[in-house]
Amino acid sequence: MNATSSQPVFIALQTNNDTLSLIEAILFDNPQATLEEYPAMVRIVAPGRLVVRRESVEERIGRSFDLREIQLNTISIAGEVDETEDEFTLCWKL
Amino acid sequence: MSNENQTPAKKLTLKENYALMTRDLGWETSYQPMDEVFRYLKFEGIKIHDWEKWEDPFRLTMDAYWKYQGEKERKLYAIMDAFQQNNGQFNVTDVRYIQALKVFIQGFSLIEYTSHRGFNIMSRELAGVGPRIAAEMQALDELRHTQTQIHTLSQYNRYFAGMEEFPYMFDRTWYLSIPKSFFEDAVTGGPFEFIVAISFALEYLLTNLVFMPWMSGAAYNGDMATVTFGFSAQSDEARHMTLGLEIVKFLLEQDPANVPLVQKWIDKWFWRGYRVLALVSAMMDYMLPKRVMPWCEAFEIYFEQNGGALFADLARYGIRMPKHYEVAIKEKGRISHELWSIFYQYRDAAGFHPWLPSEEEMDWFSEKYPDTFDKLYRPRYEYWRQLEKEGRPFINSNLPQLCQICQWPMLFSEPDDPTQTCYRETEYKEEKFHFCSDGCKDIFCDEPEKYVNAWLPVHQIYQGNCLLEGVDPTAPGFNPLAEALKYMGIKPGIDGGSLSASADAHNWEAWTGRPHNSHEGMVTEPAAKAA
Amino acid sequence: MSTIAITPDYHGEMKDSVENFNGNQVLNIGWDQHMLFAAPICIPVPPQMPFGALVKEVLPSLYGAHPDFAKIQWDDVEWLSSGAAFKPDHAKSLAENGLVHKAVLRFRTPGLTGIKGSYN
Repeated sequence: MNATSSQPVFIALQTNNDTLSLIEAILFDNPQATLEEYPAMVRIVAPGRLVVRRESVEERIGRSFDLREIQLNTISIAGEVDETEDEFTLCWKL
Repeated sequence: MSNENQTPAKKLTLKENYALMTRDLGWETSYQPMDEVFRYLKFEGIKIHDWEKWEDPFRLTMDAYWKYQGEKERKLYAIMDAFQQNNGQFNVTDVRYIQALKVFIQGFSLIEYTSHRGFNIMSRELAGVGPRIAAEMQALDELRHTQTQIHTLSQYNRYFAGMEEFPYMFDRTWYLSIPKSFFEDAVTGGPFEFIVAISFALEYLLTNLVFMPWMSGAAYNGDMATVTFGFSAQSDEARHMTLGLEIVKFLLEQDPANVPLVQKWIDKWFWRGYRVLALVSAMMDYMLPKRVMPWCEAFEIYFEQNGGALFADLARYGIRMPKHYEVAIKEKGRISHELWSIFYQYRDAAGFHPWLPSEEEMDWFSEKYPDTFDKLYRPRYEYWRQLEKEGRPFINSNLPQLCQICQWPMLFSEPDDPTQTCYRETEYKEEKFHFCSDGCKDIFCDEPEKYVNAWLPVHQIYQGNCLLEGVDPTAPGFNPLAEALKYMGIKPGIDGGSLSASADAHNWEAWTGRPHNSHEGMVTEPAAKAA
Repeated sequence: MSTIAITPDYHGEMKDSVENFNGNQVLNIGWDQHMLFAAPICIPVPPQMPFGALVKEVLPSLYGAHPDFAKIQWDDVEWLSSGAAFKPDHAKSLAENGLVHKAVLRFRTPGLTGIKGSYN
């Protein structure tokens, strides 16, 4: 089940002080992702797979980060969720 | 006993922690057989062999749930306090935007409450521990949504009409029977139908259309309180959507016999949900003075692209796109305009104040709806604007025919002919039943025993069931429509009627010094400054 | 198909049976290709009402505000009942014309194309 389709997945986040570094980390870790900006929110879309990495977020916010914290500022997602301590992944399985 | 020599227990992984805090809370009952404890799991025909196969996508335990929800609430209430202390209700674009908030509190907040009740039932009736806990969290979320919406909008209620009687209206007002009947239909289904209907068809397929472009629009129009409750609610929604996808996959994987049932519910509830959310098309295109994107574009992003990806994923189970989705695509260039025309001509019976789009807005529509607007709707609006200018505005004072299923007036056009009303009908037990679409007709024909019971406001008025106590329909001068409005909680000329003549518009201009409609200018004379 | 319910042989109440309308029946009326009236209109009518009276006395109060209405040549109007063409007898009652409770009566007015030909 490692294969993924290339159908788009996305995460939409509120834009606020908490998500600045989160968005930066996501864009860094997912070079194929595109950022769409709307009033008060962004939508990050990627073909097939999108990952949020705890380490990348922590490097940018300078403290430890529990990936479940992203739920505070998430507006919506598309794709199937897989969540561990280190990575929050959205993908479509084949 | 001393623990000094023991090494500290290894920190549990997220998955282990989750297993302990959820799965281990369940047990096989022994005083009563499990079938007696969970009595509603079989009658719908769904077959579950092993609840343990349920995969919880969000490994959210109850302690973490309280922690994060508490944080969301603190953030929200800090903003609500700031909003109220700073008279934020006067900082929105203009009073047209506030009409949309009335639609929200009248039509949406109490379906959140019905949803709370529905998920309480789920958290009681589902035999698996994982889905039961997810349902319990969702039940709490939905209650929170109702409360925070009421609380946020209470500030607007102090200044503007149409909001004070929203729970009374929800049970009686003609157009609110649309969302009310939708959710009551869902909650009276079996547990599996309910969860597919709400968690999957509504939450996963359709709510992005409400909470993303519309709430982003609220932000754009300066309403920091509404956007905050909207996004705060939507942050729960991501979890709900994931529950929806998980439940569908779980049912499909448990038994091949579940596939046709799930497909049938997806077909039905996609169409039911799409018809309810039609209301949002008008809110987005007409009620946001500053616009983020037109309905047709939001529909392309969130239904066509996003839904397309989802159904490509589900194809491996033999699930296809919901029936009649292609009709929804055909309607995307018309639906907001067809709806707004209904509200405009029945404005005296509405619980908010509709208006006609300005020249500037019509130009925007021409650009965003190049295939439909100039041909079909611009002539209509220009004619109505002319009549308003002449002081004889167009009004429809006769009640509309309603669809038996979605309960909208029959306002939708033929899928392939936008100049002609779409009529569908069937006969059941020697009585005719009417529908706005093949989608609604299919739903009736599948379960006529349920839908003959629909409380259609127009028919109820004619049966004499919409009268306040003590009103005598045989008294001289009895006006059934005026009495029905009173029954429905709509104060003629205060809650409904044209925007420019409304107390809302006049108060707005007096209180803010800005026009009630930023595209049309002031309706009131600049107030003579008190000496 | 039928509803799958906990209660065997569940059947909801027939909420809109003709007996509930105090001697009237419901008639739905629509003017084809005139979308200015954004939905068909639903009215209660006595079944004994002559079809001619419906045309002369009732329709003007429903659709008279439309500028096309005064131009209608009533002899050329095409009538539909439940979507099928039919020729009403203006002297006979609605019931005698086969317009039952909850009938849908549509009329087409060839040559009249609404506001600036936009079918509004």
